[in-house]
Amino acid sequence: MTGSILFQAIIFLAGAIICVSIAKRLGLSSVIGYLLAGVLIGPYVLGFIGEEGDDILHFAEFGVVVMLFLIGLEIEPKNFWNMRKTILGMGGLQVAGTMLLSYFLFLMLGFDWEVCLVISMAVALSSTAIALQTIKEKGLMDTTFGTSSFSILLFQDIIVIFMLGALPLLSNLESIASADSHAETSNLLDSLPIGFQTLAIILSVVIIIFAGRYLIVPMLRKVAKTGVRELLIASAFLIVFGISFLMEYVGLSPALGAFLGGVVLSNSEFKHELESTLEPFKNLLLGLFFMAVGASINFIVIAKSPLTIGGLLLAIIVLKAIVLFITGHIFKLKLDQKLLLTFGLAQIGEFAFVLLSFAFNLNILSQDQMDMMLVITALTMSLTPIISMINERLILPKMGTKESVKRPMDHIAKSQKIILLGFGHFGSTIGRFLRSHGVEATILDQDSNRVDFLRKMGFEVYYGDATRIDLLESAGIAEAKILICAIDNPSVTKEITKLVKEKFPHVELMIRAKNRDDAYDLINLGMENIYRESLDTSLNLAKDVLSKMGFRKYTLTRQVQNFIKYDENSLRRLARESKRDENYIFKARKEIEEQEKLLNEDFKRGVVDYDKHWDSEEIRKALEKTNNK
Amino acid sequence: MKKILVLFSHPKFEKSRANTMLVDRIKDVEGVTFHDLYERYPDFHIDVPAEKELLNQHDIIIWHHPFYWYSCPPLMKQWIDMVLEFGWAYGPNGNALQAKTCLNVITTGGSRDVYCSEGTNSFTVNQFLRPFEQTANLCGMAYLPPFAVMGTHKLSDEELALHVDQYGTLITLLQQDFSLKDFNGYFFLNDIPQLQAQ
Repeated sequence: MTGSILFQAIIFLAGAIICVSIAKRLGLSSVIGYLLAGVLIGPYVLGFIGEEGDDILHFAEFGVVVMLFLIGLEIEPKNFWNMRKTILGMGGLQVAGTMLLSYFLFLMLGFDWEVCLVISMAVALSSTAIALQTIKEKGLMDTTFGTSSFSILLFQDIIVIFMLGALPLLSNLESIASADSHAETSNLLDSLPIGFQTLAIILSVVIIIFAGRYLIVPMLRKVAKTGVRELLIASAFLIVFGISFLMEYVGLSPALGAFLGGVVLSNSEFKHELESTLEPFKNLLLGLFFMAVGASINFIVIAKSPLTIGGLLLAIIVLKAIVLFITGHIFKLKLDQKLLLTFGLAQIGEFAFVLLSFAFNLNILSQDQMDMMLVITALTMSLTPIISMINERLILPKMGTKESVKRPMDHIAKSQKIILLGFGHFGSTIGRFLRSHGVEATILDQDSNRVDFLRKMGFEVYYGDATRIDLLESAGIAEAKILICAIDNPSVTKEITKLVKEKFPHVELMIRAKNRDDAYDLINLGMENIYRESLDTSLNLAKDVLSKMGFRKYTLTRQVQNFIKYDENSLRRLARESKRDENYIFKARKEIEEQEKLLNEDFKRGVVDYDKHWDSEEIRKALEKTNNK
Repeated sequence: MKKILVLFSHPKFEKSRANTMLVDRIKDVEGVTFHDLYERYPDFHIDVPAEKELLNQHDIIIWHHPFYWYSCPPLMKQWIDMVLEFGWAYGPNGNALQAKTCLNVITTGGSRDVYCSEGTNSFTVNQFLRPFEQTANLCGMAYLPPFAVMGTHKLSDEELALHVDQYGTLITLLQQDFSLKDFNGYFFLNDIPQLQAQ
């Protein structure tokens, strides 16, 4: 069914666009969309992609490498060093615990001990790609859940090197060890004694650190000087490719190397430039990776023994979840964070593909055993986003309510209740000012780290998605007088305010609007108290500009107030017109026409001087006129 | 040399010919602190501790303002309300301003002849300024007769220049030693012989 490379590209791209946009519309993670697209275009449904799916999988793993490079960029060396305890502690505990339990599970099922060991190794590893992509998509990287997951995954990236190294020792057929295996053919270390292997590994890490400081940064400076943007993209890829090559050459995980490279460059002035350059490529490659995973699910193997596979699948997920929960417990994570961790990392990861096929080549695993484990791996990865979603929608909401019931409500209840949605830069300023007046708003926020902190500071805080009516209810919206919406995302703002206006019409809504356009939408939804971010601040700046040019501050202060009043009036008038213009396809075009309209109105109005009182010039002129008559 | 604080308040300074010229004459004189209240507090949010500190550092306080509706512009009144605190400027232990001297420098649109019992304004400028006089009294300050530039709308540039020079001379005079007796019997500082000599 597969023809040219163009045809394949069309299939992959079309599949991604269709499935991911459907998933997003249903409010699901993009990972689910990609996996589904992979299943659809894979050999068992539409059959567009056949055996070459494995090659694509291998190629797309590069997305994971780029992702770890990007994560490394966000972690400064100092912070990385601070994380060493979590990485070793949580990672070690998770890997050891999972290996132990799964080893005995498979031993009980009657497998040979070598097979059990290989499978337990595969099971212990989680999917960096799925877990981190989901965490990033939800903006949870700074939470304890985010850093814990990351630490565990990083430890797995390190330990997998030793696992791959140990596999040949399990094989009783020495000759096959050196046969074919993509991971090992170019491995420099095989020919070296153990001591030199360690030395080579340390050396390559040192090379990355020094190259980062003394080679890459000067190179980037030169590139930046040329002013040719695509050269920067080329350099970004050169860095990642170079590190990956070096790592594969000495037999280390390229992802780990890329991460280290990222950490080294996180202090450089090119950090943000590299991030914005690589980000879109990373996302596309990861998408490809997820699609390849979806396509690799072998439905014939499932059909042969559905019960065995279903049972094993369930057993492995439960087993991993238990170990993760206990790990989280030992490291004193909050219950909600623990649950996120438990369900977020309960899958088998992409390293399993490498590990299992290597073991197969070494004759440790039989074809059937490998097929079975590969299917289970792909299935656990596909199930993760679904399990996480169930956790977030059904389990976590109940938790939020539980934790806050403990707090006494009376001190809030006795005054008029205010609810504040969002405690970012915008919301926190509001919250601080209210608190300085002894008004304690009930806060809803999605960042659990911030929630923890705010609870410590004595705020009543609810964690979660404010579009959920039950969360608003447990925050006490029924008795609330005012709801302040300080959320950054305009579409979420519209959704929430619409919901509240419908279900709780008694609540007065005070709404943050990003710009004029959002304000139009809010006005057309019937909202009244709208606060545009881009109004007061811009005018304050303009006022200070004019003041520095010699205009009087008092006059300017009054003129700013006049301008705001005028602009608010025109906002309401134009909002009605903009409703009719909804068939604009391109927002930018609409915005330009809007600006044109506003500037035209300003022009017609001219330079306005509202204050006529005590104007000596005017009085003098008027008097002169009367005297002349 | 005595230090002079000019508390200037004018909401429409940029449109006032008379005050622009008056201010230009005195604002950079050594020993004079020119304090532009509408420029400093466009939002009427007066920094009371800073204002008190400024008062502490000066011997003579001048309320320089246009005469709006027989009084001062609102920010000047706000300044008086906020800064002259009970227990600091007046009342028990309120002696921060004791022995300082205070006066109004005003500009009026109407000429001197409309400010009398027979004129359209029925009362004299001195009568209208009673609240300021008593404010100074209560704070233990000596209150001098006002320096007034009147009929500003009808003054020619040359006539105005004369007033401006007089303002300058007055400032120099106040900086040196003067006796309150010198001003006895005058309704306006404009009329004292030292300024009339010009």
